[in-house]
Amino acid sequence: MPAAEATPMIRMVGVDKFFGRLHVLRNIDLVVPRGQVVVVLGPSGSGKSTLCRTINRLEPIDSGTIEVDGHPLPAEGRALARVRADVGMVFQSFNLFAHKTVLDNVVLAPVKVRGTAPAQARAAGMELLARVGIVDQAGKYPAQLSGGQQQRAAIARALAMRPKVMLFDEPTSALDPEMVTEVLDVMTTLAGEGMTMLVVTHEMGFARRAADRVVFMADGDIVEDATPEDFFTAPRSARARDFLGKILSH
Amino acid sequence: MDFLGRYDLLGAFWVTVQLTVLSACGAVVLGIVLAAMRVSPVPLMRACGAAYVNVVRNTPLTLVIIGTSLGLYQTLGLTLASDTSTEFIDTNNFRLAVLGLALYTGTFVCEAIRSGVNAVPIGQAEAARAVGLRFGQVLRIVVLPQAIRSVVAPLASVLIALTKNTTIASAIGVAEASLLMKEMLENEGDKGILVFTVVAIGFVVLTLPVGVALGWLARRVGVKR
Ligand SMILES: Nc1ncnc2c1ncn2[C@@H]1O[C@H](COP(=O)(O)OP(=O)(O)O)[C@@H](O)[C@H]1O
Ligand SMILES: [Mg+2]
Repeated sequence: MPAAEATPMIRMVGVDKFFGRLHVLRNIDLVVPRGQVVVVLGPSGSGKSTLCRTINRLEPIDSGTIEVDGHPLPAEGRALARVRADVGMVFQSFNLFAHKTVLDNVVLAPVKVRGTAPAQARAAGMELLARVGIVDQAGKYPAQLSGGQQQRAAIARALAMRPKVMLFDEPTSALDPEMVTEVLDVMTTLAGEGMTMLVVTHEMGFARRAADRVVFMADGDIVEDATPEDFFTAPRSARARDFLGKILSH
Repeated sequence: MDFLGRYDLLGAFWVTVQLTVLSACGAVVLGIVLAAMRVSPVPLMRACGAAYVNVVRNTPLTLVIIGTSLGLYQTLGLTLASDTSTEFIDTNNFRLAVLGLALYTGTFVCEAIRSGVNAVPIGQAEAARAVGLRFGQVLRIVVLPQAIRSVVAPLASVLIALTKNTTIASAIGVAEASLLMKEMLENEGDKGILVFTVVAIGFVVLTLPVGVALGWLARRVGVKR
């Protein structure tokens, strides 16, 4: 089967989302093929986080359909939990389990959700922590780590489930500047290994370096959908030009 | 003070302790179930949980206790003891009182747990759902262990209130400490203050260690952030 016709990893068709009367996602269509890295850009409040969170149904939608790897998202229950197990998510505020050590954070879901033997999960967890460069922090609690270390631990926790796709919602926005690079490096490596990724970020360097595609949102709409090269050199919409002007002038 | 020897004060307080411990166990189980209902993603469960808590919590305990006796036993014929036993009435009333106390106190346990759950940052539950844990696992593995810290102190208050509330079991004739006190007051009219003081001290002796122990526990299980 040619790649273009293969089942996309994420397919959103006609998705609408309201918070009360606020129309936050407006008839969104978005297809992310397997292996693609999509960076979502846009001003604050444009609906980027909400878009990201609808994909594993942390936010339910009001109309439209969302498919992950060809399967429509189920409503609450076991079936939804199974889909979530295959979709890794990294939050702006890390959200590591505060009462568990770093290694236990990574091991928890493989053991409780996948039924992996604890010893095996721990070995795999240590490998992952080594991959993100914090194997020496394995026994510490999240509060004892720097922000950059916590976010790398959160990435390792998501990867431990061997997800089909990874969602990142501003993973470096809560970090001190000197820690941004260590997290972006891990993400760049992941992108290079062929992981399907949807990344909400303001890091233009990462977008240019690692993204296959840039999606620009404004007021709940996808306004532009282009390659990073085209988007950064020749944005078509006034909104995007305005946004880039503000971002790049910093 | 030797008149005290004529009364089974220890026995009466022992009934108080039994009432407290048994209904506390029932209340904690019920409270956890109710709290799970009240935070569940299913609207019907939330509604049922909220309705139960709001109705029972706002009913005077005396009515709840008498309600178990009048409603469950005398009207519906529900018996909680073997009716061939010679102590049927006493045993049945004791168990009905435990049931009433548990049904009532469970609502307060529920609210204590729910406020503790709400004190856990929402991101913890979101991360737990995002890795594929099911609703029960999210609560059991991630949220409740972190909620304990802020649950223990209000739970201690609930338990202390329960200990004192057991006196209402006397309304259906359970022979606990306050019923004995009433009897002593009637028989020993001139020693009223003394009787009263002894019983009051008895209750303080029961409740004080609960507060101290749970306060210690609260500090032990704290979660660093
Ligand atoms: N839980 C919520 N309840 C109500 N409004 C919300 C909620 N979450 C987000 N919003 C609103 O929805 C809009 C889009 O938010 P969001 O997706 O977070 O945007 P972005 O991530 O692009 O900054 C904003 O106006 C925000 O205030
Ligand atoms: Mg956002």
